[in-house]
Amino acid sequence: MDLKLKIWRQAGPTAKGQFVDYDVHNISEDASFLEMIDILNDELIEKGDDPVAFDHDCREGICGMCSMFINGHPHGPQKATTTCQLHMRKFKGGETITVEPWRAKPFPVIKDLVVDRSAFDEIIQAGGYTSATTGGVPDANAIPISKENADLAMDAAACIGCGACVAACKNASAMLFVSAKVSQFALLPQGKVEAKDRVKSMVAKMDELGFGNCTNTYACEAECPKEISITNIARMNRQFIGAKLG
Amino acid sequence: MTKIDSKIPAGPLAQKWALYKEHQNLVNPANKRKIDIIVVGTGLAGGAAAASLGELGFNVKVFCIQDSPRRAHSIAAQGGINAAKNYPNDGDTIYRLFYDTIKGGDYRAREANVYRLAEVSNNIIDQCVAQGVPFAREYSGYLANRSFGGALVSRTFYARGQTGQQLLLGAYGALSKEIKRGSVKLYTRREMLDLVISDEGKARGIIARNLLTGEVERYGAHAVLLATGGYGNVYFLSTNAMTSNGSAAWRAYKRGAWFANPCYVQIHPTCIPVHGSYQSKLTLMSESLRNDGRIWVPKKKEDAEKVQKGELRPRDIPDEDRDYYLERRYPAFGNLVPRDVASRAAKERCDAGYGVGNTGLAVFLDFKDAINRLGKDVIKARYGNLFDMYERIVDDNPYETPMMIYPAIHYSMGGLWVDYELQSNIPGLFVGGEANFSDHGANRLGASALMQGLSDGYFVLPYTMQNYLADQITVGAIPTNTPEFDAAEKAVKERIQKLMSVNGTETVDALHKRLGLIMWDYVGMARNKEGLKKAIADIQVLRKEFWGKVRVPGSTDGINIELEKALRLADFLELGELMARDALHREESAGGHFREEFQTPEGEALRNDKDFMYVGAWEYTGDDQEPRLNKEVLQYENIEVKTRNYKTA
Repeated sequence: MDLKLKIWRQAGPTAKGQFVDYDVHNISEDASFLEMIDILNDELIEKGDDPVAFDHDCREGICGMCSMFINGHPHGPQKATTTCQLHMRKFKGGETITVEPWRAKPFPVIKDLVVDRSAFDEIIQAGGYTSATTGGVPDANAIPISKENADLAMDAAACIGCGACVAACKNASAMLFVSAKVSQFALLPQGKVEAKDRVKSMVAKMDELGFGNCTNTYACEAECPKEISITNIARMNRQFIGAKLG
Repeated sequence: MTKIDSKIPAGPLAQKWALYKEHQNLVNPANKRKIDIIVVGTGLAGGAAAASLGELGFNVKVFCIQDSPRRAHSIAAQGGINAAKNYPNDGDTIYRLFYDTIKGGDYRAREANVYRLAEVSNNIIDQCVAQGVPFAREYSGYLANRSFGGALVSRTFYARGQTGQQLLLGAYGALSKEIKRGSVKLYTRREMLDLVISDEGKARGIIARNLLTGEVERYGAHAVLLATGGYGNVYFLSTNAMTSNGSAAWRAYKRGAWFANPCYVQIHPTCIPVHGSYQSKLTLMSESLRNDGRIWVPKKKEDAEKVQKGELRPRDIPDEDRDYYLERRYPAFGNLVPRDVASRAAKERCDAGYGVGNTGLAVFLDFKDAINRLGKDVIKARYGNLFDMYERIVDDNPYETPMMIYPAIHYSMGGLWVDYELQSNIPGLFVGGEANFSDHGANRLGASALMQGLSDGYFVLPYTMQNYLADQITVGAIPTNTPEFDAAEKAVKERIQKLMSVNGTETVDALHKRLGLIMWDYVGMARNKEGLKKAIADIQVLRKEFWGKVRVPGSTDGINIELEKALRLADFLELGELMARDALHREESAGGHFREEFQTPEGEALRNDKDFMYVGAWEYTGDDQEPRLNKEVLQYENIEVKTRNYKTA
């Protein structure tokens, strides 16, 4: 298929960016979206132009590195799918596709479609773990955990930290990301010991880094490639209030 | 030839590690603060080691190529992690895990290292549970297990089809805790481009490129740990991530570290087949699928041809016309034979003309019987995310029609040579995880990579590195203004300039694809003398072409992804040749290394223990010079060396 692309080009963090139009031809329906961009980049390199910079790594939907905002949706139109797993059969020949970086103040653009998501690392550093050090822990089967809670914890832990939730939110809120980690530990006995401090520090760090508030539009859940549920946000709010009350 | 000392402690096998720890040197808590350690890579091995060393009180600098340590390629491991817990009461022991790993590796791994791995496997599960890793559980609330290839017991712990992700996030949590505490300093979007060795011959630092600014930076430390993963991307198409590369290991090799068994690469039997020339990577379908999926091709060649043309649907082929070739050839292990065996069997059927898919290079992985037996819901609960991934990529519904799979490059058993302490032949240079050669011999069993990465990171390196560092407490901070740092930085900058100045006509990927084809055709699933000689000659020609024709646009400042790729390909073009040399010299078939000249009449691999029961550790002697081969002879004192047999229990 032939396609028209409108891609955000921005030379550096402080440079002024703009959309640039490109045409690509003879793209296979079985190609992934990133493979289509690879083909465009090969053509740009052959012409001596600067290829489009974009983040990607595993190309199997788990590393969370890819981050394109495609036709108004983070990771594009297909539900529960990262950009690298989006295939061209989801588009029509002749279509114009608009590609932008994540847009959120805490995720500044570095170049073209590459943004800085180190704010997520800082939030995890604020408390997104149990403080167990290596060694000196009990046998893995010493604490039975109900299958139901283990499954719910796994649902929350499936977050890949891509930032689609922030990009989808009109307030650039990181509540879905933070609540997924808070919930994972809130559901497990191992996480309960530090639960109060964890939720307070992570929320404080999130606010300090400039992420916005949650106003319940549910856009994050709708766009999350791993279908992380907003019930996690409700669980975090309960944890947070509980922690504040002492 | 250099005499190799692998530093295996004396004493009975089961006590070696305990004896080592009892007698090793330690660094007291106040002195640990005076010691700097560089860790390159934040996957399971690097992340776990950096966190654990930080907890002990060392100053750790940790480097990753991605924007966050959480994105290391360990994250993509699907199926599980082995441990000898014997929770299912099905007869597992530490010895049995050790035995299965040695046998799975086709008797080409070191006994003492593998025994230690099996021994600490249980600690890993305890540690991960304490970190809040949400492993699968039974209704009792206790941990669930499943089986993997090459084992008769169920010893694999898992977190749906995302075990690597969950284990990595556990290690990333531990690492984040230490970053916050200040014991670990994190450097993201950095790529190591050289190892710095002091005038005393010790590893004392690295040269790294800041991938955002293009600056070439110097970092010094008392010891360096490389946990930089495998080199599967030498084949261009593999299940590795796009930035996975062999450069850190290769740079260490060119500074004198030995590269061991480079020809041992794992070709995973269950990957989604290649579908187009624009394809950028191959996707694995977890080995866990072989618990319930049955592998087959049509029994009649005319059926296979019809399937290839799309004239016959697999579900319309009756059971009696299907060849469940793994069950036929290996009744005891059936669909759960080790990966090398399953891959070769698939190739054998496809080469004979029984393959399916439009290229004829695929076999079926069929869940029909499992769905009939257990119901769709059970299969969905076990493998739902894998089925969804398959459908997204292939646009076919595996609940209704069998998956199509074909082998693909997945893992490198070879890597930098290390001794029992995971130290290379360069003092102060340690190597962990897939980057070293140590535990898997000629073939790795499923769910053992995660085990090895975390064993090295949490439970081995924090001890062995301390043993090395004990006499470094009076050395003081390592300066980076030495002639050795000057020379290494200069060499890196010259290499970058040389690449930029070629200004040729070929893209990096176009040249990389050509290298990949040479490697796949001649250094892939089946190798022979003539093909390997041709591969060496072809790679040498391609290497010249690369340096004469590559085009790297842009500048050395700022993000330049083409430059990053060109630097990696330049190293792959040398590493590929060493792999072919190693494969050529090893005149036997062992594990992932199958030489067509050395097979039984039934097509099974034929080892030559008399002449090749050693680790081949290659030593760099100069560009365009033949490397020197050092041999570490393997001694089996606790296991009887046999021909691998998966036909009978």
